[in-house]
Amino acid sequence: MDTKKLLGFAVFLLAVFVLVPLFIGATGRVDFFYTLTSVALLSVGAAGVWLTFYIGRINIGQGAYALVGGYVSAILVTQAGVSFWLTLPLAGLFCAAISVVIGLPILRLRGVYFAMVTLVLTEVARLSALALPVTNGAKGITSIPLPGELSFFGLTIIPAFGSLSNPRIGFYMMAVVLMVVTYLVLWRIVNSRLGHLCRSLQQNEELSASIGVNTAYLRVLAYAISSFFGGIAGAMFASIAQSIYPSSFVVADSVNFMLYCFLGGLGYVFGPMLGTLLLYFGWDLLSIAKQYQLLVYSGVMILLMLVLPNGVLSLLDKKEGRA
Amino acid sequence: MSTILQIKNITKRYGGLTAVNDVSFDVNKGEILSVIGPNGAGKSTLFKLISSFVPATSGEVLFNGERISSLAPHKVARMGVVRTFQETTIFRSMTVRENIIVSHHLRSRASLFGFFLGTKQAKDDEAAFAASADDIVDFLGLQAIRNELASNLPQGHLRALGMAIGLATDPKVILLDEPFAGMNHDETMKMVGLVRRLRDERGVTVLLVEHDMPAVMKISDRIVCINFGQKLAEGTPQEIRENEKVIEAYLGSEDAAIGM
Ligand SMILES: Nc1ncnc2c1ncn2[C@@H]1O[C@H](COP(=O)(O)OP(=O)(O)OP(=O)(O)O)[C@@H](O)[C@H]1O
Ligand SMILES: [Mg+2]
Repeated sequence: MDTKKLLGFAVFLLAVFVLVPLFIGATGRVDFFYTLTSVALLSVGAAGVWLTFYIGRINIGQGAYALVGGYVSAILVTQAGVSFWLTLPLAGLFCAAISVVIGLPILRLRGVYFAMVTLVLTEVARLSALALPVTNGAKGITSIPLPGELSFFGLTIIPAFGSLSNPRIGFYMMAVVLMVVTYLVLWRIVNSRLGHLCRSLQQNEELSASIGVNTAYLRVLAYAISSFFGGIAGAMFASIAQSIYPSSFVVADSVNFMLYCFLGGLGYVFGPMLGTLLLYFGWDLLSIAKQYQLLVYSGVMILLMLVLPNGVLSLLDKKEGRA
Repeated sequence: MSTILQIKNITKRYGGLTAVNDVSFDVNKGEILSVIGPNGAGKSTLFKLISSFVPATSGEVLFNGERISSLAPHKVARMGVVRTFQETTIFRSMTVRENIIVSHHLRSRASLFGFFLGTKQAKDDEAAFAASADDIVDFLGLQAIRNELASNLPQGHLRALGMAIGLATDPKVILLDEPFAGMNHDETMKMVGLVRRLRDERGVTVLLVEHDMPAVMKISDRIVCINFGQKLAEGTPQEIRENEKVIEAYLGSEDAAIGM
């Protein structure tokens, strides 16, 4: 990392960890914590979707993994008494594991065929949550306790959220940490050989195989990482809401994850993060349009895709004359 | 002279159409062997069978005595049998150099996770790939376009880049599908020289499919001619040139004169 990037990263950390909480404290708009926590977590899920785009697959199924992740964490916490902090990685790993089983057959499909199957996945996840005994049907799982204390050898790393005067700040901090780690991992993937191989897959799978890349393995690997991100995002959401229902993540959420990526830009690691922020706030702002909210929103989206097909971040490219 | 590749009674059927029909021949180590035949004769299909990109209906391919015909294509590549494509096949949104570097994948000693972490081994690998890529750039005379985006290249350079990608895998046998297509006479002669040097300097065994007969006659040690999926003849350029069946096949086809 060169100094300019390092500086940018430092400014970003300062902004999300210090300036934003200060600002919210000064204005007293604590509800902003909730909004920004959602943005951070949604952008974690979107990062996964972006990675599947990076191997050339349109993924409209991230909602399914968010739902599964949410349930895994909720069930483990409420029924087995496992610490939330342990269920977080477990939810991710569980999602990664099932995504391997699902991905092996479906990742052979390309283009619209893969996209359609992933779209169906979200619905399958919802129906499974309704039908399985362990998920408690339509009533869902409620009154999930707040995350407890996380400590190593008696040293408290994270205090019990119940003891915080404002658990919202706790969730906000936690979500932002997750987001930062997620995007660091993503950035590292993209800038290492792993990412170069993903690009080769995106551009030409046959040629990729002919230079010796195990394309089936790489596709499944990328999809598993993607689903891991979806799973931990879902687990966090369930914990914040202290509840999860079959309808907590639906097809519209899967579509939104994809739109965040499109809007931010498929060629930029930080595209999905920016896309999530813009779209989430954009939707809220459009509430002034009342019953026309969805209409205006859709119109603006279509317009943006026409004008900026490579995402909002492609604006930077043009300015620097790299386009 | 030892045999490096044995093609044994290989057959490929697509539905009712037999694209390759019971073809057998051996390839000697270090030779340049051309496969010729009219359009649709089954040459590209034969190459896809050898590199295991499509499964054979029956028959098999042996590489150094080992059966490779049912392996996944990346495993065949790993063993050293690599094909280039008839259609211009490159990584479009990478530069020439990036194309070549990424194609060094088979030579990596670090694991994917090692690359993610940026271990010393991974850094060494990347440095070695970059150096080797520059060698290949020099070898093929691509210095002037090394940082050019592949999608901006003219046809002639694309062919050379396709070969560079193949070379990066460090093949023992390379299968070139129409390497001279779309080139003028001068470019073809330059490419003929390169293919020779590939064999002479890098010890690569070369199989190639080509329609440019003067180039084929000039470059090949031996030629295999196929028509309607079947092997018509096999021999030295001289023998093929005088073979009745070959002449007949070419006279009866659209692309007319064998041009000798
Ligand atoms: N995937 C496929 N499905 C069905 N038929 C195919 C397929 N691939 C090739 N064929 C048919 O097999 C026959 C041989 O095709 P092939 O591409 O091997 O010919 P070729 O000798 O390489 O021709 P050319 O000189 O035009 O490149 C053709 O009739 C072709 O239409
Ligand atoms: Mg062909």
